[in-house]
Amino acid sequence: MSDVYVLGVDMIKFGRFPERTVPDLGAEAALLALDDAGLNIGNMEAFYCGNLGQANAMVGQRILQEIGQTGIPVVNCSNACATGATAFREAWTSIKAGLYDVVLAVGVEQMGTGLLGGAGGGTGIPKEGLLGSGTMPAVFAEAGMEHARQYGTTFEQFAKISVKNHHHSTMNPKARYQIETPLDEVMNAEMISYPNTKLMCSVNVDGAAAAVLVSEKKAKELGMQRAVRIKASVMTSDPYQERDLVMPDVNSCTRKAAAEAYEMAGLDSNDIDLVELHDCFATAEMLHYENLGLCNEGEAGRLIDEGEVELGGRIPVNVSGGLLSKGHPLGATGIANIYEVCTHLRGEAGERQVDNARIGMTHVIGLGSACGIHILEKV
Amino acid sequence: MSLPVVDYLKLPEGEDPYLEGHKCKECGSIFLGERNVCSNCFARDSIEPIKLNNTGKLYSYSIVFRSFPGIEVPYISAIVDLDGGGTVKGNLIDCEPDPEKINFDMPVEVVFDDALGRKDKDGNSYISYFFKPIS
Repeated sequence: MSDVYVLGVDMIKFGRFPERTVPDLGAEAALLALDDAGLNIGNMEAFYCGNLGQANAMVGQRILQEIGQTGIPVVNCSNACATGATAFREAWTSIKAGLYDVVLAVGVEQMGTGLLGGAGGGTGIPKEGLLGSGTMPAVFAEAGMEHARQYGTTFEQFAKISVKNHHHSTMNPKARYQIETPLDEVMNAEMISYPNTKLMCSVNVDGAAAAVLVSEKKAKELGMQRAVRIKASVMTSDPYQERDLVMPDVNSCTRKAAAEAYEMAGLDSNDIDLVELHDCFATAEMLHYENLGLCNEGEAGRLIDEGEVELGGRIPVNVSGGLLSKGHPLGATGIANIYEVCTHLRGEAGERQVDNARIGMTHVIGLGSACGIHILEKV
Repeated sequence: MSLPVVDYLKLPEGEDPYLEGHKCKECGSIFLGERNVCSNCFARDSIEPIKLNNTGKLYSYSIVFRSFPGIEVPYISAIVDLDGGGTVKGNLIDCEPDPEKINFDMPVEVVFDDALGRKDKDGNSYISYFFKPIS
């Protein structure tokens, strides 16, 4: 089977664009990625489009109406916050299967404001604040407090993750914010759901990201100089856990995906030079240090305390600024983090460049749950 | 007459309310709500209703200071492992919303009361369950 390469990849600067439309944002990212690959829509053989908010509204076809209607197959997909990674992986799968040589993947989202989450469902009366909380800050706080329960992880340690990611984002012009947030500011920000303060919650933004994926044959034909090899592409759902029904599980699906990704790539965590992981909340990032094998069990707090996950540290995590500061347009996130890793592997990340980056990992979680992991390698 | 807030809260006539689980006879997994197939061991026709215990231990929690519009805060969103099996989520009441006052594994009891005065569009009131520290 052919290796699959990312030939072109880009994202728009994340922000608030209420005057624009979802297809418009997606089209902009698609054109950027096509330009990056030196190709046009006429070269694409298939298109995988990820979007959540308009999942029933043919977003992919509407993007083509803005950039070129060539009649290629379009697959629209939604998979919660793993939507972008799902579109990317479907594109990868189609090339792996030998169906196509050049394929486009786009992730795009326009977000509202306010808290995300479910209100408990069912009929009758609202369950929020009656049967606990279904808001995302609370759900991920409870997941983080499970770690606190096991290892004594502190509020301050969780807060340090937000300080780090906000610091990283000051070096990323495409992030929503470029603002330093010192520890006391993070800890004294409005408490949303203990231990997550407002600065420890991801930013609702509009955004889009896109990638052009090609077969090895096509990569050789078009030039390998800036191509990035996809060493592993893995998706999992959440295997049964006893507390599933009241505690959505982001751990076991990540652990399963990480194990499969390392095996597929023939690598282990020591080979990874940088990671973009799903920091939808500061509490979530803490869990994934261990879930992705970046440290031993129970050492996540130490990792953030000792700066190992900062730019310049042993294993930099979320040098883009992460969802906490770059922003989290749900359907775009899973391709935006692939853009980030590719940019480092190409040596084009400027001030935030991870030195000698050869291999990087991306990770997203869609609650419910879906996990997508990609391992990318400099050619 | 009040209605149960969720279908796994049972209000038998003339008896105390209780939470109902559905247990797989093959592997022992306990679920909330009816189901046909066990999602752990895939056994079919192996699920039977059981009465869950009214005592348990706090497994995890968050203190919610901002919720959806109109929801009164703060409150403690708690995940409780019931003695004898089953995990349920609800509000921890009669406990200060302060992490210093909340301890993992603190024993709690399940109590039943009116659902904070909430009524549905037909004016029906509801019975809910809450967790209360056992001192």
